[in-house]
Amino acid sequence: MKRPQLDRTAIAPELRRLERRLMLRGMVSLGGLSLLSGCALDDEPAVERALARVMSLTDRAQALLFSRHRLAREFDASRITRPFPFNAYYGQDDVRTVDPAQWRLEVSGLVADRRPWSLAQFRALPQKRQITRHICVEGWSAIGCWSGVPLSVFLNRVGADLRAKYVDFHCFDDYSTSIDMATALHPQTVMVLDFDDRGLPAAYGAPMKVRIPTKLGYKNPKYLAAISVTNRFPGGYWEDQGYDWFGGS
Amino acid sequence: MPRPRRTPTPVIRITHWIGALSMLAMIGSGWQIYNASPILPFSFPSWMTLGGWLAGGIAWHFAAMWTLMGAGCVYLAHGVVSGHFRRDLRPQGARAIGRDMGLALRFRLSHAPGRYNAVQRLLYTGVLIVAALTVASGLSIWKPVQLGWLTWLFGGYDIARRIHFTMMALIVGFLIVHVVLALLVPSTLFGMVFGRRPAPQDPETVR
Repeated sequence: MKRPQLDRTAIAPELRRLERRLMLRGMVSLGGLSLLSGCALDDEPAVERALARVMSLTDRAQALLFSRHRLAREFDASRITRPFPFNAYYGQDDVRTVDPAQWRLEVSGLVADRRPWSLAQFRALPQKRQITRHICVEGWSAIGCWSGVPLSVFLNRVGADLRAKYVDFHCFDDYSTSIDMATALHPQTVMVLDFDDRGLPAAYGAPMKVRIPTKLGYKNPKYLAAISVTNRFPGGYWEDQGYDWFGGS
Repeated sequence: MPRPRRTPTPVIRITHWIGALSMLAMIGSGWQIYNASPILPFSFPSWMTLGGWLAGGIAWHFAAMWTLMGAGCVYLAHGVVSGHFRRDLRPQGARAIGRDMGLALRFRLSHAPGRYNAVQRLLYTGVLIVAALTVASGLSIWKPVQLGWLTWLFGGYDIARRIHFTMMALIVGFLIVHVVLALLVPSTLFGMVFGRRPAPQDPETVR
């Protein structure tokens, strides 16, 4: 069974520690710690370190719980949430768009064929459709209908090293996230071209988003621009700020 | 049948206090998480929450989850193996509960060391069940795919979320009653801290 672990390369664990420290600094600096302790724990690096260590323990437990064969529940079309909520780290007025004909997906890292991909090439691959529940880390959820190319199909097509640890996503709205290879190969992890059986709207990530119903919303990147297969821990936009990296459902 | 008087065993005392601190951290960080997307028309004031922001609240929530689960598993195993649950916590009949409840409301309920009255038994058994449901419903909204059967048992993700919140509210209600009662009968608090009663000699409990 494949599961993400700390990088064994010399630099990666150090990098990751650094990232965790940086992001935890923000989270313990405010609010209610004094309620429990009666003293200022906020400047206490031991607390940050302890929380960071527990978070990576929790991430390992999540990876152990994950099964490549366990499927997210699929719903009837009548259950689709309408209108499906817009959500990003910015407001809907700031959504960026690209010309679908000009759009290319950059492919890099541990893959045999690094040529960029056009939408037409994705349309030519087998498609899969799902009606699943999108669950945000904030707690709200919404059911949507997505279809597109299973990521496993694409990774096989470009000759990706499937023993690599991570698949890293970068987006043209400057968002980024990354997932473990086991989740990347999960049958419901899909490179989405259509929402509700029509072309993906700008608000939901046009021209391509990655739908991962086994992970929380922030692990489902929209406005995809580049994909990379790597053994170097890639982090992500929210993950670098303190959200747990695995983010599994 | 006369029996030696019992006070909370070290296992019970240690797991009680680890559990209590974990539970406070769970509640404070849970309120932080709740505030990110409230299901009721109110938010918790930020001074009552733990973690500073959503990601911090989540970090605390899962850290406290491990300590609570650790203490809880030790406590449950000890309670079953030692006979503590069967002997001390098993709820008594409605009549005993009514009698002791009446006494408690008139502040006349005696607290013999090592003997749990019917109100205590009911409250402690109740809060253990509620705590178990809190943990289970929490797991079901954390892992609605990997533990999909559990989410299904709770009626789906949205209902499980509300059950988790309701169980939290019941625990907070219990905490208020529990703390007030412990302060009204400080010898019980002393016993939970030190494992014995403050008085030089308490009368032997005979049942």
